[in-house]
Order: sequence, then C-alpha cells, then structure tokens
Amino acid sequence: MSALLELERCTKVYRVGSFGTRRLTAVSDVSFDVRAGEVVSLIGESGSGKSTIGRMILRLSPVTSGTIRFKGDDVSTYSDHRLKAYYRHAQGVFQDPFSSYNPVYKADRVLELVKIAYFPHVDRATWRSKIEASLEAVSLDPGQVLHKFPHQLSGGQLQRLLVARALLLDLEFLVADEIISMLDASTRIDVLNLLGALKARGLGILFITHDLSLGNYISDRTLILRRGAVVESGPTSEVFGDPRHPYTRSLLAAVPHLHQKWGNDTSYGFDSEQVPTALVPVGPDHLARVAV
Amino acid sequence: MSLDVSGLKMYYRTVRGDVRAVDDVTFSIADGEIMGVAGESGCGKSSLGNSLVYLAGRMKYVGGTVELDGAPLPIWDFEAMNQYRFSRVSVIPQYAMSALNPTRRVGRMLEELLKSRGFDYGSLQPELLRRLELVGLDAEVLRLYPIELSGGMKQRTVMVISTLLDPSLLIADEITSALDVSTQKAVAKMLVEFRDRGFVKSMAVITHDISILYQVADTILVMYGGQLAEKASAAEIIEAPRHPYTKLLISSLPEIGVRYETKKLHGIPGTPPALLDPPKGCRFRDRCPLVSEACRRTPPFREVAAGHHVACWQVAA
Amino acid sequence: MIPGISKKGEGADSALRETVYFALHNRKLVVGLGITLFMLLFALVGPLFAQHPPLEYGGHLSVAPTTRDGYWFGTTLLGQDVYAQFVNGLRLAFVVGAIGGGIAALVGMVVGFTAGYRGGVVDEILNMLTNVVLVIPTFALLLVIAAYLKVRGVMTESIFIGLTSWPWAARALRAQTFSLTSRDFIGLARLSGERSSRIIFTEIAPNMSSYLFMMFILLFGGAILIAATLDFIGLGPSNTISLGMMMQLSVQNAALQLHLWWWFLPPGLAMMAIVGSLYVMNVGLDEVFNPRLRSM
Repeated sequence: MSALLELERCTKVYRVGSFGTRRLTAVSDVSFDVRAGEVVSLIGESGSGKSTIGRMILRLSPVTSGTIRFKGDDVSTYSDHRLKAYYRHAQGVFQDPFSSYNPVYKADRVLELVKIAYFPHVDRATWRSKIEASLEAVSLDPGQVLHKFPHQLSGGQLQRLLVARALLLDLEFLVADEIISMLDASTRIDVLNLLGALKARGLGILFITHDLSLGNYISDRTLILRRGAVVESGPTSEVFGDPRHPYTRSLLAAVPHLHQKWGNDTSYGFDSEQVPTALVPVGPDHLARVAV
Repeated sequence: MSLDVSGLKMYYRTVRGDVRAVDDVTFSIADGEIMGVAGESGCGKSSLGNSLVYLAGRMKYVGGTVELDGAPLPIWDFEAMNQYRFSRVSVIPQYAMSALNPTRRVGRMLEELLKSRGFDYGSLQPELLRRLELVGLDAEVLRLYPIELSGGMKQRTVMVISTLLDPSLLIADEITSALDVSTQKAVAKMLVEFRDRGFVKSMAVITHDISILYQVADTILVMYGGQLAEKASAAEIIEAPRHPYTKLLISSLPEIGVRYETKKLHGIPGTPPALLDPPKGCRFRDRCPLVSEACRRTPPFREVAAGHHVACWQVAA
Repeated sequence: MIPGISKKGEGADSALRETVYFALHNRKLVVGLGITLFMLLFALVGPLFAQHPPLEYGGHLSVAPTTRDGYWFGTTLLGQDVYAQFVNGLRLAFVVGAIGGGIAALVGMVVGFTAGYRGGVVDEILNMLTNVVLVIPTFALLLVIAAYLKVRGVMTESIFIGLTSWPWAARALRAQTFSLTSRDFIGLARLSGERSSRIIFTEIAPNMSSYLFMMFILLFGGAILIAATLDFIGLGPSNTISLGMMMQLSVQNAALQLHLWWWFLPPGLAMMAIVGSLYVMNVGLDEVFNPRLRSM
C-alpha cells in the first residue's frame, strides 16, 4: 500500500534573536509516512517539535528543508490555488476548541466557510443535508449545535464539529493535534473512538499527543519524538511492548497506571547531543536511534 | 483529625444569581493522609480547595464549618485567615508558572513574603536550602528570575516555598497538569516525600487525572456538580467503585495495554449540570444509567462500608 | 473562571443587551456622549443663526455680547462677529477630527494589521516606517509646508494631521493583531482557503471592534487638539477661522488685558468641552467593554 502522506528529511529551523541571528532547530531530519486506513501516533513531550510537524504538514508553517509528499505530489512548495486543492483532502483539528473558533461568530460559521470556498454553487437544501450527514457521522445532533455560539457548546461538541467540518470535504488525511487534551475524561474517549471510526472509513490520521495511553489505545504505528528528532518508531505493540530506546523506556516508566504503582526512579541520563546517531532497524518495521 | 469540613457551602456571586460551586460538602482528612480530589471541569474541586485558603473575588461563604487540628478555621474572614495562611494552611496554586512574580528574583520574593508574615528569612535559610536540594534544585535558583526557570523547576520551587513553614494542611491545585509525563512523576512523588518527611501533615491534591491520584493518594474524593459523589481509599475507588459516576469515569480511562480494536471504551453521554441553577435532587440524574424516582431527592453522603462514603440511593449500605 | 456557568449563556443577543445595559448606566459614557452630541448639534445648527459672515469687518468694535444686531457673543477688536466665528470654528473642529482622525485610523489599521499578521520581513519594514514617521518633527515639517503653500485650507491641515498621527495606532493594532494571529481560528481560516486580506477583515478586525472604536475616538479628539495647537501658533488654515485661530488672535490682540472675555472664553471652553468629553467617553467605553473594570 503506497503512502498517503510522506515526510522526507523534514527540518524546521527558526531564526530568533535580534535580526534573526541565532538559529533554533525545532524539527531535525524527520521522515515517516502515513497510509490510508491507519492511525499513526506522534508522541513527544513539550518542545519535541510534534506540533511543528503537524503545522508543516498542513502548510501553516513553511518547511526549512525536506519534502512533504501527499499522494506522491510535493506539497511543501504549494501556494494559493494548489494549496486550496490540497486542503480539500488534508485537514487539521487542534488542541484548544475555544481557540479554534472565532468568538464573534456562531460556531457553524466554520461550516459556512467551507461552503464559500469549496462549494459555492451548491444550493441550500443540498448543503443542509450534507451538513446533517456530516454531523451524524460525528454523533452530533444538528438541533443542538447549529446556530449556537462557541461558548454555548462544550469542548467535546466543538471538537466534533471541527471533524464534521473536515468531513464536508473529500477528506483523506487528518492531522489531530492534541485534540482531546483539553477535554474532560468522560468525553475524551468518545472523540477518540470517532478517530477509530474515521480510520475504518479509510482515512489516514496523524494523532499528535503527549499522552502515551491515548496513543497506545488508538494508533497502529507510533513515533517517539524527542527534541525534534525521531528516537523510535514502529508498530504500536512493538514500541510499547518492546521499547528499545532509553527515552521511550523512561517515558513508559513515568506513565501513571491505574492498577500498578510506579517503580523506583530511574534517571535516564543520555544527554550526549554531540554523539552522532542514526535510526537503525531493531525489528521488522521497528526503528530506534543509536549512536554510530 | 487534621481537617474537618462540615456542610460547607461556597457560592459565586454573579449578575444572574449564585453559582453553587461547593454545595453542602462534608469530609475529613486525617493526620498524614493524602486525599485526592477528583472530578471534571465545573465540579467545584478547585473552588473547594481554594476556599480553604482564601476567598477569591466573587466567592462567598454561605454556610458550614471548617476545623483544622480541632480549632475552627475562619475561612470567611480574610483578615483573620492571615495568621493561618502559609503557616498552617498553604496552597500550591494552579499554574505555578504565574505564581512567581516575574520582576523579582526568587530569593528576594521569598524574603519579602516571609517578612510580610513576620518571619525571619535568615533563620529559615538553612532549611530552605536543604529542601531545595531535596527536590533537586541548586541554591542558585534563588538568584534567578522566574523566566530563567523551566516549568518543572518553577513547580518545584513553588512547592518548596509553599511548604517552608511546615503547614498542617497543603492544598495542591492541578500541580501536574501542565507538566510533561516525566516531570509529572517527579513532582507527584515529591508530594509524597514531603508528607513522609513531615514537612506537611495532610494534603488535598486536586486534579482531574485520577491515575496520578492512584499513584500518590491514600484516599480519593470524587466530586460532581458541586457535591460529593464518593470517598474511599485510592485502591477501592479504582478497583471497586460504587457510585455510578465513578464507575463510568474509571471505565472510560484508557490504560496502556487497552486497545481500541480489542476493547472499545465508552464515555459518559451528556454534560455536567450548570451550577447557576442546579437541578433538584441528585445532580448526576440526567446522565445516570441507574436513575429512578428516588433520585429526585438529594442522596445523603453516607458511609456504606468501612471508610467508604457514597452519595447514591442505589448503593446499599 | 467561575465554574459551571459558561455553558448556559444566551449568545450574542444577551451579550449585546448586557453591553447596552452597562452602557446606559455608565455615567462617564452618558455624560461624555451627551456633551459631544450637544456640541455637534450646535455645530450643525448654530451657523443657521449667524447673522454676519465670520470674517466680515462689521464696524462695531469690541462690543460685549448683546442681542442688538445679532452679536450674541459680541465682536472682536476688529469688529468681527464672535458668534459667527465660533460656530464656524466648531464645524471645522468636527471636520478636522473626522478627516484627520479618519485618515490616521485608516493608515494605522493598514500598517498595523499587515505588520501584525504577516510578521517577518514585512513587519520589520513597516516597523521602520512607523518609527520614522514617529520621530519626524511635525512642527518643522509644517513650517516647510507652510512656506510652500501660501493658501492652506482645512483639508490640507486635516490630511497633514492624519498622515503624521497614525504611528501609535499602528503600533497598538500590530500588538493586538499578533496575539490574535496566534489563535487557532486563524489557522483554521487558512485551512478553509481564506485569503489573507479577507482573514484580516473578517476574522481579526471584528474581534477588535471595541478597541478600534475607542481608538478612533482617541484619534478624533487628538486631531482636534493638534489642529488647535497648530492654529494657535499661526500654522492653521489661511482662508477661514477656527477655534484655535480665535484663541491665537485674541491673545495677539491682548484680549485678556482689554477684558474682551467673550473673544477667548467661548472657543477655549468649547475645545475643552469637546476634547474632554471625548476622552471621558472613552474611559466610560473602556469600562463598558471590559467587564473587569466595571464596579459591581
């Protein structure tokens, strides 16, 4: 199965300081792919560059070097109408539902924006039924969410509405950037199950998160990101079941479990940034970063 | 008993009426006990914690009593609480990032804080340095500005400062929420260590993350809609919860090892009630699978087994 | 944040009603607005009652206010009708405020929004431009312009004021735009294929509507004040008479020493009233729009 979305040696370097004299590398030489009908988790702590990767894929942030291919075409240089065509098939949902909506307008305006840009000639009645189908796919009741302002809806409803918006297009790939971090525990799992349903429909999903249990629950393959570089990648069961990189192991050791108490602290000193490293295969489809 | 709360009611004044954030809450925390307070947004747990230390802005004391180490704690009186705050009751606030004055070096801020309470910085300094070392911070930290510290470092600094005078009761409000998972573990374990070394007698740890509570708390208090749903030992809450809300909540948490394909988890449909004009009777009624006629009256928070309190008509004693 | 309450709001209608309620009950706003509207009305209707052209030398010198011949505000040392001059000046004040303030607001918005939204090189260039205009000595510039243009009208003065007083507005808007641009709904608008210009006007500006409104009022009042200052030192329009010029002429002709109070008092008080009430109105508006400032 060929990849839906492919990143090849992507790097993002920010210029900081006065007159941009200093360089900050947020993402360093990252390569991976997402196939149709699978969920790939991108797991990292804050500052790991995971959100930057999501933004680069959605072209909300320019790529410093490297290529991003969607169904074979390099989108990292796209602009204007070709970008608009790309957005027909690739969309994103972000972390803070209340930041994703413009507070002066009603929440369903996000659906209207899609109509204006992509379906200008569709008549009202057809559009209405299209919206209802989309809302149903995300288990939202049109009467409860249409014609309301964002602050009148809950975080869970807002996030689902964003997914419904994406489904109005010919969505093939979705970037879900920490989409449930700001939701309550009792609604999180329902939104997460929604991603599972989308996967079953054939979508490719990049699930960006810092929460390992969520990644483990929903994803087929996992990438562990640290300081902008991939330290381990492979099928979720392998990465979680047989972690090879010390960082992955320390992350797993730090996760609070529900039926098992924490072990004693293991400090994980391997901050030797100067040593050259590379990703090598440690199992079928399982890569880990080692010193070379 | 370290802390005894009885029938506590704290409401927020607004233009549209009173928001009943803490509505008739009764519980106790024993000496040396770490009690977790769990619940989702809008359940009133932060309001409960904060009300024990200071009344912020619109919060209004409506009724109930609070006793600390046998003596009444005058939480309704801002001035009277001054002699208790920091020395007997202390709080590690949410967003420790913003708790440190950005224009002051940490040491200077602490000096001013202690002076305002009538304590001598000099005499406390050796202990301060000992504790900083305990949490893995260098004495250098005192000479830095908050912006020069990382999130985890700020959190640990605030922890040391808040407990410097060995308070009887410490309220930790969502102190692990904004941290990475490895720092979270370190900070949570630090709380236990503080209790074990006697820096703090008892603690109320407020968080929405129940799994952290399982790791560090002795007991867990579950709140819903401004009222108490269940209180029991941490192990019982996780392994044998009795309140329908607690049961549904625990079963919706994904653990490492649980996968969507093999075991699909479910959330709780619906949303928590608005506390502006809450429904009469049990507030979980609208979302509860066991709802019945009896639920029209508010269920009492009563002990159904040793050390296990539940507020539900369906749970037999 | 007050728990459990944000979900039960009734939407924009109640937000609007709440704003209107607070607006009507805010004394500063009501008084400020009242005075401004009164002066505006005076400026619109007043000239209809003037019985002499403002610059005409009528022959009756230094007459105190009287009902004879329609010299309600008396005459100047040179026999001109103070009332006619006054209402004329009042009109000009509003014109200068509207045009000067309007131009400044427009330029400030364009520069501020673009710099804040685009960032990067565009921002640095616009920043430099803003700083340059900010430090230009407007007085010296005006002297040069006055030397070249023998006849200057109110329009020239308004345009000049507009083109030199926009920097602080641009700065403030740039800062606000920066913080809004980082919000996710901007990213979402881009993902919906919205173009940058549309995003600025349909997503960002509406979020700052109260701020833009208040900013315009400040620019309006500021323009009037600057015009009065320029007029007072003799750099005003050469073909008409304004409130500032009345002040200038009265001082030049020793009206204070000659006890011709009716010559300088009306223009002075009028200017104080207009500019003062505009600022007071703005403070009141700030309280209305910003819930935290409201004294409950």
